[in-house]
Amino acid sequence: MSVSTGADVRMRQGTNRRGLQPRRRGARKPRQVLTPWLFLVAPVVLLVLFTYVPVTNMVWYSFTNWDGLDPVKEPVGWTNYVEIFTRPEIFQVFFVSLYYVLGAFVQLALALYFATILSFSTWFKNFFKGILFFPYLLNGVAIGLVFLYFFRPDGTLDALLSLVGVNEPPQWLGNPDIVNVSLASTSVWRYMGLNFVLFLGAIQSIPEELYEAAELDGAGSWDKFRSIILPGIRQIVGLSVILAISGALSVFEIPYIMTGGANGTETFVIKTVTTAFTFSKVGLASAMAVVLLFIVLAFTWLQRTIFPDDKVDLTS
Amino acid sequence: MTALHTRPRPVAAPSRWESARIGARRQIRAASPLLGPIGAAAKYASLFVAVAVALIPLVTVLMAAFKTPEEFATTSPLDAPSNWLNFDNFVTAFVKGGMLTGFVNTSIILVVAVTGTVVIGSMTAYALDRFDFRGRKLVLLGFLLATLVPAVTTQVATFQVINALGLFNTRGAAIVLFMGTDIVSIYIFLQFMRSIPRSLDEAAMLDGANRFSIYARIVFPLLKPAIATVVIIKGLAIYNEFYIPFLYMPSRDLGVISTSLFRFKGPFGAQWEVIAAGAMIVIIPTLIAFLVLQRHIYNGMTSGATK
Repeated sequence: MSVSTGADVRMRQGTNRRGLQPRRRGARKPRQVLTPWLFLVAPVVLLVLFTYVPVTNMVWYSFTNWDGLDPVKEPVGWTNYVEIFTRPEIFQVFFVSLYYVLGAFVQLALALYFATILSFSTWFKNFFKGILFFPYLLNGVAIGLVFLYFFRPDGTLDALLSLVGVNEPPQWLGNPDIVNVSLASTSVWRYMGLNFVLFLGAIQSIPEELYEAAELDGAGSWDKFRSIILPGIRQIVGLSVILAISGALSVFEIPYIMTGGANGTETFVIKTVTTAFTFSKVGLASAMAVVLLFIVLAFTWLQRTIFPDDKVDLTS
Repeated sequence: MTALHTRPRPVAAPSRWESARIGARRQIRAASPLLGPIGAAAKYASLFVAVAVALIPLVTVLMAAFKTPEEFATTSPLDAPSNWLNFDNFVTAFVKGGMLTGFVNTSIILVVAVTGTVVIGSMTAYALDRFDFRGRKLVLLGFLLATLVPAVTTQVATFQVINALGLFNTRGAAIVLFMGTDIVSIYIFLQFMRSIPRSLDEAAMLDGANRFSIYARIVFPLLKPAIATVVIIKGLAIYNEFYIPFLYMPSRDLGVISTSLFRFKGPFGAQWEVIAAGAMIVIIPTLIAFLVLQRHIYNGMTSGATK
């Protein structure tokens, strides 16, 4: 955009309201320089106020021992960061995220499977597509309560299991060894539909001719999946993997709503929120948030490196 | 990021002609024997399992919502209620659970924040696409970098900003945060704006229209498909949002749908039939919206999610 197109020049001339005047570049009135900024005042103020100010402040707080109220913010250097990496009870909550990372891979595999089979002709295709996608649209609190009912003792899951003869089921949410699996499964139930619809859309945008050519060459279903579908959706799969991993690292809603972080289900974000707002250690919590931000940025960078964007950059 | 670009018209629903063409393609593919009878059986079996997994948790909660307390205590979660017209639990949930307040607050926040997002997002896109000015690249970069920062990580510091603005414990907190953090909608408008020919602007300018009236009378009305997408994505996101109202609007009178329902965990702790009714009251509007707006929702979600 740095080179003005003919249209740009004409547009600028037009704002003189004398479009037929001879063109004189560089004779812009101050009002015309201001016009775009009049449109941008509100969005830029909001952007700065709610993205850049918080990020800057967060970095600053992370080097203090501020409690969130005290007018004085005493600098403490790297103490908060040292605390995060040396106090095991803070850093080990990241291991809880591993359940969700594993869940994310199950979710992507299921999404890929259903997207592939539904991309071929299927009876009641739209019905299946709608049902698989619908959970993604639901309110997180409603999902939390639905699954509390599903997993509770003598709840839906236990009743289903007793139909097949399992009469002493484990405590799905009470047993610390199982609870994170139950919560991660809930997360898979909730988010699978989005990946599924994204993959299905990508598969359906593959030109039909490729399949026909492959058939002429005698390719089977598996060959077509491997040589046509998979390369065709490589990019969206790569993006989904990264989004799923960042999502798994910053998981909050499902465990907070269902167990409140009790029983070994506390995640890094729950820990950050309670550190800041329950224990008033804003300095330490900010350092935790900065660490999470860096981890998420690292994964984003990784994705951009492995799957470079072939689209025109918005800044160009 | 890429899904948007690989398809030529990300926000517009496929035309009827296109759908018909896709239908014809499908038939070509159907004619080819891809799966044997065993494969086909396995395919439908897996689909029915998936449908069961998706629906059983919801249907059992729906059934529980119609049961009386005694009935709930004595029947299995898999048993249907004796009376499908017993709305007592819904009434209790709605009246005692403060869901009316929740719906009112959610509606206010939704209408104001969605309107604000549409106006702000389209104005930003107009300024960035139709003007060439000093600082344009910087503004674009500012929005681009902001997409990298997950909002969940910055709440600790955002809280202090909201507090300093005097917005803590007001609906204003949720409204400004929903408007101020929405970069996805700016991108949707920007993508769509590029498909609107500039000759329209120029023609209007020759007729003496100023930049604001071009935006308001020519560009904005043409953005309708993009506006529909943004309204749907944003509306669903606000309806479902839990974190922001929970953190910034703790007062009982300011409960939204999510936080009102979350509070059911305390007072109705053991009354599962009431909790079930509350959850259904929240889910049913989403179901209706999905059935009515299905195609728009698929399009909107796919263009919003990959940003």
